[in-house]
Amino acid sequence: MNEIEKLKLEKISSTYYSGEKRLSVLENVSLHVCPGEFVSVLGPSGSGKSTILKIAAGLLKPDSGKVWIDGENVTGLPQLVGYMPQQDLLFPWKTMWQNAALPLLASGVSKKEAFDHVAEMLPLFGLKGFADYYPYQLSGGMRQRAALLRTMLIDSNLMLLDEPFAALDALTREQMQDWLLGIWGNFRRSVLFVTHSIDEAIYLSDRVYVITERPGKNAIEQNIELERPRNKRILTTRDFTFYKKILINALAN
Amino acid sequence: MKKWGSIRASLPPIIFFASIIILWEILSQVIQFPAYILPAPSIIGRSLLTNASLLIHHAGATLTAVAGGLALAISTAFLLALAMDRWKPLKQALYPVLVVSQAVPIFALAPLMMIWFGVGLLPKVLIVALVCFFPLAVNLVEGLSQVDSEAIDLMRIMQADSLMIMKSVQLPTAMPYFFTGLKIAATYSVLGAIIGEWLGARAGLGIYMLRAMNSFRTGDVFASIVVVILLSLVLFKVVDAFSWLAMPWKKDVSNYIEE
Repeated sequence: MNEIEKLKLEKISSTYYSGEKRLSVLENVSLHVCPGEFVSVLGPSGSGKSTILKIAAGLLKPDSGKVWIDGENVTGLPQLVGYMPQQDLLFPWKTMWQNAALPLLASGVSKKEAFDHVAEMLPLFGLKGFADYYPYQLSGGMRQRAALLRTMLIDSNLMLLDEPFAALDALTREQMQDWLLGIWGNFRRSVLFVTHSIDEAIYLSDRVYVITERPGKNAIEQNIELERPRNKRILTTRDFTFYKKILINALAN
Repeated sequence: MKKWGSIRASLPPIIFFASIIILWEILSQVIQFPAYILPAPSIIGRSLLTNASLLIHHAGATLTAVAGGLALAISTAFLLALAMDRWKPLKQALYPVLVVSQAVPIFALAPLMMIWFGVGLLPKVLIVALVCFFPLAVNLVEGLSQVDSEAIDLMRIMQADSLMIMKSVQLPTAMPYFFTGLKIAATYSVLGAIIGEWLGARAGLGIYMLRAMNSFRTGDVFASIVVVILLSLVLFKVVDAFSWLAMPWKKDVSNYIEE
């Protein structure tokens, strides 16, 4: 590989301490995301997937191992990355646009400019006309899109998404997947996507890492060579089933 | 529809209250109780009307002490709560002191305030501030500590500075707690001012009450009690209105707090 990886995790180990108890969460996990690549981490619940993202974002310092972003060692240092935690974490006391504009305001952009910028993006995120709504007034899918808009407005080419659609009903979830692919096609950011859904991982990704149950370890790494742009028709193709078998087997072991 | 519902909901207490007053009036007429022991509602009403301007004057003095004391309590509670949130050792050191300070009865402190600061406005303001400070400070400290650590993480990722984190996350999280404290403080505040005025004042509902009592004008005592109640109610409603303005994201603030 001749280009520098956007994100690289090298032999990450992490332990969770709770009083006297110690729980090994990750053991020697390595992975990388190339520029513009969509990579998923697939694993059962409790395999430390969220911990991987927290470590990648620099919110958590691993016991051992290193985190590289753009070839720079940033282990344990909070980085300006498009991090989206599991709950949407929209602040209930801010309207939708105020929530989305937070990263802009944090970087010192004026309120007026931030609003204009957000307003420009609203149609693309299916949120036109809802700028002044409070989060409790929005549907689950809208909240998720607003959170994603906020994540997109973080000035970084790297996005770390933690099961962003896990809380949505199946139909909304499928719509959101297609919509995310569209957005990703437009902006071509590097994405590290955490999920426990096999279909979701195959459908969205260029590459999938399977992580074992606790402590999380690398099981397999699988390239997904399905043509893009993708649509729901590929879900029933033989290629799709082929990948699905591989991933199911990897998860079962 | 909603308006009619709330009117209907407030009907039973109004009817109940009005029946008590009417019953009281009838019984006083029938039994002919001495007015200096239990005056009839009509006598209290007449006292309210004839002394209206005097009552307003004294209520104004009490309200000044209340407003000053509340303002002082709110600002010191905010400063202390923010400092305690920022430096954990300070919180560990001061929190028990705060709780213990509540065990000192206000009746014991009020005379000291008089000795130190005389009979002017200042000792009343200080007494009100003392009574109101505790519920405000404790609720604020509690509220500031309820912040979602994931939200702080998110703000750190966005490279927000601590001032922005305070403004966008911590203070809004603490708001409902603050207003719970403020509602308690608002009801205490009138009580504090009255106690202060009993011990000596040039004006105020407390001193008016005391003078009326000393000359056995029981009707006037009751009238001043009515004014005290009205003052407390208005204050409570004002706080309620402020909490609505300050937290537009809460559909029903009072419901939230009573949970």
